[in-house]
Amino acid sequence: MYGKKVISAIATTAALGMLVAGCANQSGPSNTESSGSSSRVNIPSISKVDVPADAVLPAGDGKGTCPSTTTIAYAGAETGPNAQLGINIFNGIQLAINQHNAANPGCQVQFKKFDTEGDPNKATGPVTQIVSEPDIIGVVGLPFSGESKATGNIFEQKGLVHITPSATNPSLTKNGWTTFFRALGNDAVQGPAAAKFLTDKLQAKKVYLVQDDSDYGIGLGTTTSQALGSAMVGSDKVITGQKDFSAVISKIMNAKADTVYYAGYYAEAAPFDQQLVGKGFTGSFVGPDGVKDDQFIKQAGDASSNAYFTCPCIPGELIPSFESEYKKLANAEPGTYSIEGYDAVTVLLSGIDKGKQTRPDLLSWVKSYDADGLSKHYKWDSTGELATPDVYGYKVENGKIVPIGVIGK
Amino acid sequence: MISEVIPTLLHSVPMDDTWITFDVNSFTQNFWSSTFDGFTFGAIYALVALGYTLVYGVLNLINFAHSEVFITGCYGVFFTLSALNFGPSAPHLAFWAIVGNLILALVVAIIASALMAVVVERVAYKPLRTRKAPRLAFLITAIGVSFAIQYTIYWWRGPSPEAALTMFRPIPIFDVFGTIVDSQQVVIVIAAIILMIATDQFIRRSRTGRGIRAVAQDPDTATLMGVNKEKIIVTTFIIGGILAGAAALFYVMKIPSGVQYNGGFILGVKAFAAAVLGGIGNVRGALLGGLLIGLIGNYGQVLLGSSQWTDVVAFVVLVLVLIVRPEGILGSSLGKSKA
Repeated sequence: MYGKKVISAIATTAALGMLVAGCANQSGPSNTESSGSSSRVNIPSISKVDVPADAVLPAGDGKGTCPSTTTIAYAGAETGPNAQLGINIFNGIQLAINQHNAANPGCQVQFKKFDTEGDPNKATGPVTQIVSEPDIIGVVGLPFSGESKATGNIFEQKGLVHITPSATNPSLTKNGWTTFFRALGNDAVQGPAAAKFLTDKLQAKKVYLVQDDSDYGIGLGTTTSQALGSAMVGSDKVITGQKDFSAVISKIMNAKADTVYYAGYYAEAAPFDQQLVGKGFTGSFVGPDGVKDDQFIKQAGDASSNAYFTCPCIPGELIPSFESEYKKLANAEPGTYSIEGYDAVTVLLSGIDKGKQTRPDLLSWVKSYDADGLSKHYKWDSTGELATPDVYGYKVENGKIVPIGVIGK
Repeated sequence: MISEVIPTLLHSVPMDDTWITFDVNSFTQNFWSSTFDGFTFGAIYALVALGYTLVYGVLNLINFAHSEVFITGCYGVFFTLSALNFGPSAPHLAFWAIVGNLILALVVAIIASALMAVVVERVAYKPLRTRKAPRLAFLITAIGVSFAIQYTIYWWRGPSPEAALTMFRPIPIFDVFGTIVDSQQVVIVIAAIILMIATDQFIRRSRTGRGIRAVAQDPDTATLMGVNKEKIIVTTFIIGGILAGAAALFYVMKIPSGVQYNGGFILGVKAFAAAVLGGIGNVRGALLGGLLIGLIGNYGQVLLGSSQWTDVVAFVVLVLVLIVRPEGILGSSLGKSKA
């Protein structure tokens, strides 16, 4: 009898946990219409991007001096299911810092990495540690929206400037934080740009929108679905860590959708696309910046050839000087957000070279910053948003992600 | 652009108005496809559930490490098929070549899982049993072993799932009310049912099965009657491991990217729930419970319009059933099952 009680107690606890976890729900429209064309449009790739002529580079003028304890930190995923996006970023940062230190013998900036696994629940620990180390005067991170939301207040309390190279949830700049800066466009820009890309460039008539349960996925799903309007024939939600998408897929097939837009990260997008194609879906699969990674192709295999990506990120691989140096350091092509990480830390490094070597000085330096980086112009408004960020389109071609040009501003 | 979008964005934060809606339309549309997928998953849950139920029946122990016995089988499948050049894209092989490769993967998975089950038993449970440790100690050890195996795999293979492994491109077999049943679903369900019937018959009819039931009913008397209790316990773990290894092959067939260090956890919880739902310790109960958990989860997900609900609905039903029938649907224990 004792055993039965234990079992019931465990089962009940599990059930309660699942209930709490599953409370966020909203049902989308689901119409059924017959016949949907699924012939795919061919959009050519681009092979060069314009680089600002007077872009600020990490090397500076070579005359910087600073105390040897001066430290810049990266906080974000080094491990975890979406680690690759974080690895792209810190390699970009490491490259900039190496270039800076090589050119400035009088200013050797230290670089420290703190692993959050990209998980909002795990991010507060490392960030608390960062703000308590007085030598750290500037931070690049955090890469994901959920963890950025969870840790913004910690940075704010200690007045530590942090530039996210990749978190795109629009609400992040609505918290009144004065230390948060975003080095790219947000999803209030990406969502409408994605919708326009789907209906104009891809000529999608029936888009099925699927979002995950992260702050990022929910925010992007909302802005995209609003911009899609009547072109959206249905929507569904999946959860982080989900492996089986059969129920979602049968809804998509029944709705005869010609295009699927997935607002989330590659860890779920890859098996999703793979199972979707396995069930006979012949349309296009479009994902945002969180999906745009080689890991997506690796995990989805041939199925990924139907994929396009929208991303407020600049194709760093098309900037030859950056590409060759990055390759030497990381033994890989620059990935999504490598160049944003590089540019973000360059903003901090140029401040340090100008003598802004305390937290308040560096913060006000970033606030009033107004100069070109390799990827774009950096000048933030009072909330920490950039003025005119570009959104790029990408596609999978022969097992590689290639840019197809600017799709929105 | 930003200024236009933000007011509407703020207005439509999720959960502001309706948070539960029943999408009956979608449910009727997707009824058959969710039924078939529910059966397919249910069959996999049932195979894993048998492992929980058999061990519980014999030892009164919830073997929490059983989900790791299962994931060990998944890695067995992964390494075998990777070595045979299977990858994310379906291979272009002749029918019999695929069957041969899959059977090889099945054998490796079964051996891997069964070995892991025996190791878990020898390392984690036997020492406690010989020292007559209290029941709670077993429970804690079980959880500890589960984590130890998970993080050994994490340390070895890293946090990312292994690359997807597609065994074959499912082909449509027949059509039920406009919904296509594909070869994958048919293979999984039929193979799983054969295994379950074989297990049931083995427990009921074979000499070893009689031994298992005897130990489940009364270990001391069984020992007096000449049953080798230790041998029976190991055999039970091996049978659970074999079934988990088979489940691993079907799981990877269904979820090609499911091989991950913690990939067995949720499935293990659901299989355990299936065992409890059917009546823990009861072989046929595990079968019934598995199919029910698979079906109910899928129905709930479609009816409530989000994958977030799969587990919620399954577990709510579990609690409701336990309130009415605390011993599970089929109730009786392994020892009492009729020969």
